[in-house]
Amino acid sequence: MELYPITPNHYLALSAVLFTIGIAGVLTRKNVFLTLMSLELMLNAVNLSFVTFAKVRGDMAGHVFVLFVVSIAAAEACVGLAIVIALFRLKETVNLDMFKSLKD
Amino acid sequence: MLEAMVFYILAAALVTFGLLMITRTNPISGAMTMVGAFGALAGLYATLSASFVSIIQILVYAGGIMVLVIFVIMLLNMHPDDLKPMKAQPFWVVLALLAGVTTILAPILFCVLPNRDFTWSELTPGFGTLTAVGEKIFSDFIFPFEVLSLVLLTAVIGALVLAKRKL
Repeated sequence: MELYPITPNHYLALSAVLFTIGIAGVLTRKNVFLTLMSLELMLNAVNLSFVTFAKVRGDMAGHVFVLFVVSIAAAEACVGLAIVIALFRLKETVNLDMFKSLKD
Repeated sequence: MLEAMVFYILAAALVTFGLLMITRTNPISGAMTMVGAFGALAGLYATLSASFVSIIQILVYAGGIMVLVIFVIMLLNMHPDDLKPMKAQPFWVVLALLAGVTTILAPILFCVLPNRDFTWSELTPGFGTLTAVGEKIFSDFIFPFEVLSLVLLTAVIGALVLAKRKL
């Protein structure tokens, strides 16, 4: 892969790197907000490949799919943050280690 | 040449903001770096001639979702202990993480991508504009679009039920 000109492979490699950063964030962070934001990062990495393939194929279905993913991400953030509020009311913390009543 | 420079600047910004985000301990700084990452992604979408998606990225992600996250962070009366670095992950988690990263990233970067020759196709005029994407949504994707409105309605009701003290 040469540095120039920019091919679809550059975008796909960037997307893979971004997805890996997101996975690393989800697995290592203990703060529930940072975990949620790492999830968003993973969704965005997938969106980047969708848009890349839309341009590769010259078909705008990829763009439509990205718009759907963004809406689902908005719904997920909305419900996820409501769960965080309910949990915080119960446990007074945002540390994921404290949310283990099902395990005990 | 200019296109390559723009790509590398945006890609560097995106990866830097992403790495900064997963290393912050304060969720507010995490959210702020996330806004930067979304800005860089919107620029990348623009270089991929997806102007409508690029605008939606800024409007919905940076303007909507991140504002919601910051709002909730400030709404919760967090203890200062929650802003300190939390206890580190056990060693085997880090080891499993490294193994996972290698198994996902290495084959993609070094085996799949160099052997696949993806090339840009000839784009129709108006590719990725609001008009073109809108026509696509309201012709081929009308049913998923309608289902999506139900999903959003369910999310609104679900969030209310979960977060309200007394119904």
